[in-house]
Amino acid sequence: MAAPMSLLVEFGGGAELLFDGVKKHQVTLPCQPEPWDIRNLLKWIKQNLLKERPELFIQGDTVRPGILVLINDADWELMGELDYKLQDQDNVVFISTLHGG
Amino acid sequence: MVVCVALCMTVGPYSGNRLALIVSFPSCAEKCMKCKEASPVLVIRVGDAFCKACFREYFVHKFRAMLGKNRAIYPGEKVLLALSGGPASSSMLRQVQEVSAPQRSNSLHLASLVCYSEGAVCGQSLAERGDTLLQMETILQASRFPYHLAHLEEVFDLPSSILQHAPHNPTGPKNSYKEAVEGFIRQQRREEGGSPSLPERQIQEKLAEVSLRDVPGMEGLADPEARLLAAVRTEQLIRLFGSVKTLTAKEELLQTLRNHLILHTARTQGYSKVMMGESCTRLAVKLLTNLSLGRGASLAMDTGFSDDRHGDVVVVRPMREYSAKEIAFYNHLFGVPTVFTPALDTKALEKASIHRVIERFVYGLQAEFPSTVSTVYRTGEKLSVTPGDASPAAEPERCLLCLCALDTNVGKCKRCLPAPG
Ligand SMILES: [Zn+2]
Ligand SMILES: [Zn+2]
Repeated sequence: MAAPMSLLVEFGGGAELLFDGVKKHQVTLPCQPEPWDIRNLLKWIKQNLLKERPELFIQGDTVRPGILVLINDADWELMGELDYKLQDQDNVVFISTLHGG
Repeated sequence: MVVCVALCMTVGPYSGNRLALIVSFPSCAEKCMKCKEASPVLVIRVGDAFCKACFREYFVHKFRAMLGKNRAIYPGEKVLLALSGGPASSSMLRQVQEVSAPQRSNSLHLASLVCYSEGAVCGQSLAERGDTLLQMETILQASRFPYHLAHLEEVFDLPSSILQHAPHNPTGPKNSYKEAVEGFIRQQRREEGGSPSLPERQIQEKLAEVSLRDVPGMEGLADPEARLLAAVRTEQLIRLFGSVKTLTAKEELLQTLRNHLILHTARTQGYSKVMMGESCTRLAVKLLTNLSLGRGASLAMDTGFSDDRHGDVVVVRPMREYSAKEIAFYNHLFGVPTVFTPALDTKALEKASIHRVIERFVYGLQAEFPSTVSTVYRTGEKLSVTPGDASPAAEPERCLLCLCALDTNVGKCKRCLPAPG
């Protein structure tokens, strides 16, 4: 049983437009039987934070190509991507590189 | 919004020495592949993981090496840096600042900035544009380079010389931009006797319809607030874009007008080089878009390191070997401020323009087959055309809007052939 955990979730590069223009979200994830990973977090974001056009953020069970994911300022490719097990106080950043100058 | 930073390289050319050789080998990603000590923070290519310090060194060095390798800037040459506030050009500004640091022997300084706003045609309200300008000015002031602001609306004041290969002839006809465009369209009609059928043709006609000499110029309005209130211009700009039917054509119109404004700024301020911050990801999108629009002829110039189509002002693209990912990480890790401004189609449907469909395709490629994107943009370098071959002595006839040489076999620019929706 995973305890509730607190995360700082950030959106940048224009991805924030899909979240009411808000860049920083201090979120608390509820208790659930299995541990929280990025895969679950994306589902949670889709249900709880995403305001419009989910297809611009999520594709299948992962992020849309062109959206970068950083976990505590490191590339999620180094952290196991969707399988990364979240820890309390983690910082997860999503940066859109689409339409970038 | 686009910002131009002008700067002057006063001491010595770049030297491209000491380029670190990045050796690729299977990595367990436990340690940085370069220093073999620190924990990596970023995967650049498959198996290449860098720590923060090594990534910074790699990134900064690549910029210096790019300029050095291409001998891009001569000592004392005045360079105009075109910035949009977006990630790639903001990152470019930071690189120029790195290179300009006083302790560097090769310094680029004595800079001045020009910033311009495209918010009007991208659906921004007056208040949003004001907010964007404020953010932009904060960045400009912090850069310590002198700057001024320009707006897309100012394209209506451009002289016809902007449409000439090199305006070395001051005694030439003093036509307006509008008259020059009209003349070009008349000539095209005479030559082919056909009907206009493509986005660029549409653009030329729309440009020709716009006469704005009865509207007070915006040059004197130094205050951004006052500029914003020049609502008539804005209205006309919006009408111009509104009258262009497809999003593909609107994208092309915006790129054309933006290029003209940058070129005009360079000429009036006396700069012979313009630096544009297009990443390799962006150039791959541009290259494939050009192919889809039937523009083989301008492909090399549109995507290469150096673009000399304008004659007196050469455009260089020092960010072309950086991927969008590298740029986004650099900006995030090293606190490079950017200003988000909506694109023409930020709120449009996914398949609304050729540019967008191709962008989606390229990002999909990048995700599944990471090495293919740099292969795509490097292809552009191998396709360079030498249009002078047919009549080496003569100055090639040039397309009005893109200024690439006309294809002598068909009598007109490939770029101006019919393009799909
Ligand atoms: Zn290292
Ligand atoms: Zn053309």
